[in-house]
Amino acid sequence: MSDEQKNASAYWKENIKYLTILLIIWFVVSFGCGIIFREALDTIRLGGFKLGFWFAQQGSIYVFVILIFVYIRLMNKLDKKYGFDE
Amino acid sequence: MSVQTWTWILVGISFTLYFGIAIWARAGSTKEFYVAGGGVSPLANGMATAADWMSAASFISMAGIISFAGYDGSVYLMGWTGGYVLLALLLAPYLRKFGKFTVPDFIGDRYYSNTARTVAVICALIVSFTYVAGQMRGVGIVFSQFLQVDIIYGVLIGMTVVLVFALLGGMKGITYTQVAQYCVLIFAFMVPAFFISVQMTGNLIPQIGMGSTVEDGTYLLDKLDALHTQLGFKEYTSGSKSTWDVFAITLALMAGTAGLPHVIVRFFTVPKVKDARKSAGYALLLIAILYTTAPAIAVFSRTNLIETVSEKEYSEIPVWFKNWENTGLISWTDKNGDGKIQYVAGNALDGKKPIYTEDRGTFGERLISNSNMSAKNELYVDRDIMVLANPEIAQLPNWVIGLVAAGGLAAALSTAAGLLLVISTSVSHDLIKKQLKPDISDKAELMAARIAIFVAILIAGYFGINPPGFVAAVVALAFGLAAASFFPAIVLGIFDKKMNKEGAISGMIVGIVLMLFYMMKFKLDMFGGGTQEDWWFGTSPEGFGTIAMFVNVVISVVVSRVTAAPPQNVQEMVESIRIPSGAGEASDH
Repeated sequence: MSDEQKNASAYWKENIKYLTILLIIWFVVSFGCGIIFREALDTIRLGGFKLGFWFAQQGSIYVFVILIFVYIRLMNKLDKKYGFDE
Repeated sequence: MSVQTWTWILVGISFTLYFGIAIWARAGSTKEFYVAGGGVSPLANGMATAADWMSAASFISMAGIISFAGYDGSVYLMGWTGGYVLLALLLAPYLRKFGKFTVPDFIGDRYYSNTARTVAVICALIVSFTYVAGQMRGVGIVFSQFLQVDIIYGVLIGMTVVLVFALLGGMKGITYTQVAQYCVLIFAFMVPAFFISVQMTGNLIPQIGMGSTVEDGTYLLDKLDALHTQLGFKEYTSGSKSTWDVFAITLALMAGTAGLPHVIVRFFTVPKVKDARKSAGYALLLIAILYTTAPAIAVFSRTNLIETVSEKEYSEIPVWFKNWENTGLISWTDKNGDGKIQYVAGNALDGKKPIYTEDRGTFGERLISNSNMSAKNELYVDRDIMVLANPEIAQLPNWVIGLVAAGGLAAALSTAAGLLLVISTSVSHDLIKKQLKPDISDKAELMAARIAIFVAILIAGYFGINPPGFVAAVVALAFGLAAASFFPAIVLGIFDKKMNKEGAISGMIVGIVLMLFYMMKFKLDMFGGGTQEDWWFGTSPEGFGTIAMFVNVVISVVVSRVTAAPPQNVQEMVESIRIPSGAGEASDH
């Protein structure tokens, strides 16, 4: 394998690692907190909200926005690290 | 000034703006026509994507649906925003690097096959047409209710407007009109929300107001739960769908969002891969403003509605109630003859829309001839009313009501334009240029694209004026179709180097056929029909996209492993789209 290819596959590996972590968070806040464990979380209150309901109708959306911006930051750094920045 | 005058003024100003932009951003080449010349900034693209995405349904119907469904409405909130995470992480950067004009283009090249391309074109057309018919109907409804014209004229006006900016500007014109339309629609959505939030909770921000206390010191949501229980409804914050169905619908909507061709194609319009990621971020941020406000509006208007009508004398009801009764979105039948409105759980009518007779009852109410008179509930309320009538229910100034009309139109028109463009590029680029007549000149292709838009608008307009019963049922399922067909083929094309054409084609076909079958069986009563008890694995048609998608993936993977691996040059192409640098411009070849 040439250096160029090694560089590319190392980049891809790190990319996949980021994706996995971010998608796990994506799954946990929406399908986890908002749906599967909703009833249990509803026993906890967040001001006027039951927590599970809050995740389903507000919280998960805020987390989604943050996730994408974190992803943009991570990937921009990764592009620089491997010289794919332009 | 009257509501009418304000509506004409605000709609007039916003339409002039759209026309002005369309003339300023005329497209001269196929590149400008398909991908706006590839030079759109990430923020502008984010705004255009948001407007493209937020349809008449998001603007007019979503808050109303949530208002009636309570917790169950969360599927739309999470589904339609969570899909952007998938889009940003799994699709947008790679498709931008690939650098072609359309989704079938990607499928055709990645799977080195015109059969794959054709399957993708057909899927794109099915998804886009089911979706656009609903939009044209939305345009007609908004016009007829706010400007007091027939739905037919409403649809015709809408068709003309879309036609002008789509024909002239192609993707370029549409992108910049959508930027303007985003501004109009978000402003129109937020203004009444701020007003009502302050009125009910003293809190300016609706997202916080939703969880605040009302005048008597109880939390708004607790109060609503109590009202619901008292009237025999399910608790607002609990919902009645099964956990599995909520899960399946949410996932189908997410994958469908990420697989909708008119959204994906927007990421081809930015200069660099980096910008594609960034514009996905902006798009979701801008969408989230509306999507986190909608559940707040749902709670406010639900409480407002119950408090205004429940156990009230019909003769003392506010005037908005009678106005909307006249437009056919509300009906009341005094079943127990006490002159008061009983709004309790149960179906006031026989599961249909009210069928009005020409007569008026004792209290001046419109009489109906529906048959279900045994249920205690006397009130029928159309869900769309929750956003459209909200400003009136909360007694906001007339200009706010006009603004909502302009916003609803902006939402419907921007989405219709985006969809029509996808339809036309599928025909002119993927069918004519790539398959039938490869030596077609740039100019002739542009001509073909414009003719295709024209024909597509006529068809969409026809369905808008004569909505076949199945449109409403099918629009919600466009997402299931996209999830069952495109989404796996694109994701596997990027993340699985060994995925080959045999796998992808068989997966797409089985996925979309399965979804179409389920939809026809349970939504349109074909193939023997069926009720909720017959649903496979307890999955509603709305959630079935999730199952069809998994079937697609399994078949794709299995078939690809028992057939020959894709050629070397395709594998190299996959390696190259995984690296962001050197994207170059979106191009033909």
